[in-house]
Amino acid sequence: MNAIVAQDLTRRFGDFTAVDRVSFTVAQGEVFGFLGANGAGKTTAIRMLIGLLAPSEGQATVAGFDIRTDADRVRARIGYMSQRFSLYDDLTVRENIALYGGIYGLDDATIRTRGDAILAELNFSQSRDAMVKSLPLGWKQKLAFSVALIHEPAVVFLDEPTGGVDPVTRRQFWEMIYQTAARGTTVFVTTHYQDEAEYCDRISIMVDGRIAAMGTPEALKEEFGAPSLDEVFVRLARGSAGATA
Amino acid sequence: MSAVRVEGVTKRFGDTTALSDITFDVGAGELFGLVGPDDAGKTTLFRVLTTLLVPDAGRATVLGHDVVTDLWELRQRVGYMPGKFALYADLSVAENLAFFASVFGTTVAEGYETIAPIFSQIEKFSDRRAGALSGGMKQKLALSCALVHRPDILFLDEPTTGVDAVSRREFWDLLGTLKSAGLTIVVSTPYMDEAARCDRVALVQGGKILAIDAPANVGRRFPRPLFAVRAKERAALLTVLRTFPHTASALPFGETVHFSDRRVDVPADQVIKELRAHLGAGDLHDVGIEPIAPGIEDAFIELMGEPAAAA
Repeated sequence: MNAIVAQDLTRRFGDFTAVDRVSFTVAQGEVFGFLGANGAGKTTAIRMLIGLLAPSEGQATVAGFDIRTDADRVRARIGYMSQRFSLYDDLTVRENIALYGGIYGLDDATIRTRGDAILAELNFSQSRDAMVKSLPLGWKQKLAFSVALIHEPAVVFLDEPTGGVDPVTRRQFWEMIYQTAARGTTVFVTTHYQDEAEYCDRISIMVDGRIAAMGTPEALKEEFGAPSLDEVFVRLARGSAGATA
Repeated sequence: MSAVRVEGVTKRFGDTTALSDITFDVGAGELFGLVGPDDAGKTTLFRVLTTLLVPDAGRATVLGHDVVTDLWELRQRVGYMPGKFALYADLSVAENLAFFASVFGTTVAEGYETIAPIFSQIEKFSDRRAGALSGGMKQKLALSCALVHRPDILFLDEPTTGVDAVSRREFWDLLGTLKSAGLTIVVSTPYMDEAARCDRVALVQGGKILAIDAPANVGRRFPRPLFAVRAKERAALLTVLRTFPHTASALPFGETVHFSDRRVDVPADQVIKELRAHLGAGDLHDVGIEPIAPGIEDAFIELMGEPAAAA
């Protein structure tokens, strides 16, 4: 089954076509990397997929629901984690978990059960009453990821999930992502760092509102005869109409 | 002559030791990188070297001037680009540049030759508000402002964080241009792949320097033969590799897992053969194993695991 199916997805703002007939599918349990330069149309595409912006043309389903007619149900079936802003610094670990559980409509008993499971899995039980702002960055990221999964979404969207952390913490985080994917949750990662793109099962690269390349990291490097994904990315983006100094 | 000399610098904030007995030198004309994650102490170190913070212990000189006692002389000769965008969003590109020139008692005209390689790329947007520039253009304006008083040394704190791959590469190309004009540059980054663009790098973690070396040599600090292992079942591959009785390390590296065997004297062929049998028994498919040269990140992780590792 496909978790995301986009077909000719298009969004115009006045005369400007931010997303231009984009089509792709993401399988259930896949780790999919969504790359593009600043201004390539990534954010607009994601805002459509998470039900925050209506497409001008084309269609998409996320977790089986139509983003145009069933946006509420799409939003209930996805999780979202942005690196810096998804947790409340002045709330404790437990309060953050309860807040997100409540927002996603879980009842108190479920919040308690899943909250305990999160604390146990992360080895956070000792820090349950610590303010989030007192936690190291790596802990915050793991907690933010767990909280984005508390309602067991079909698809979780991650925005540069491992930026800034040390290389060991980054790998622990990717192991969490792989385990999540192995349990059947689709993971949709946006990033412009090769460090993160290399970990995805498959990536797409957007240029000027269109998908310019898509495939496994290895296949893309081969296709472009490039030693790194950065090199693939730079070659594609340099051909962009929007490429400026 | 050393452009930067740091000897035993320590800086604490309350109970947190941001810098712990840091010692290193940067040669004149060198492009020197500080590579490490957030909270490693990179920003604190920059603030000490640019005279904005006084160290609790130790001594640092920049261009021969002590950062504590000679701060006024030093400030005229140092260019600093902080990690956070620190320009005036409501002033235009030209106004920002004129402001920074005037703070240093100079003019844009006097500094123009120095900033030309960078500023010429954004000059056509001179009347645009700085807040309305794209990420890559903001970065070029910030660099122009840091250079307009013609400093002899440039400190850049994570200039490429949050910038896309094309702008990042252009930025590193610019640093190469500035270096060939004779400028000493100290630059920090959390991204290991950027370290390769430096003459030498210091790996920084937890307020300490783990190692200092040329980028090409850092990988050699990894003490065991290393292998890249792949399999169709990625999550399972890690689990199965860690049950191999001789595993020293097994860590995901993009599409592969980097594996090292604790028996350093067993030939690679033998390791591959045994490992292949183990992975096959673990029901993994499309298994590939090849010896590889360790990179900066392999070495960084290894050094992180050695407490009190000396530079």
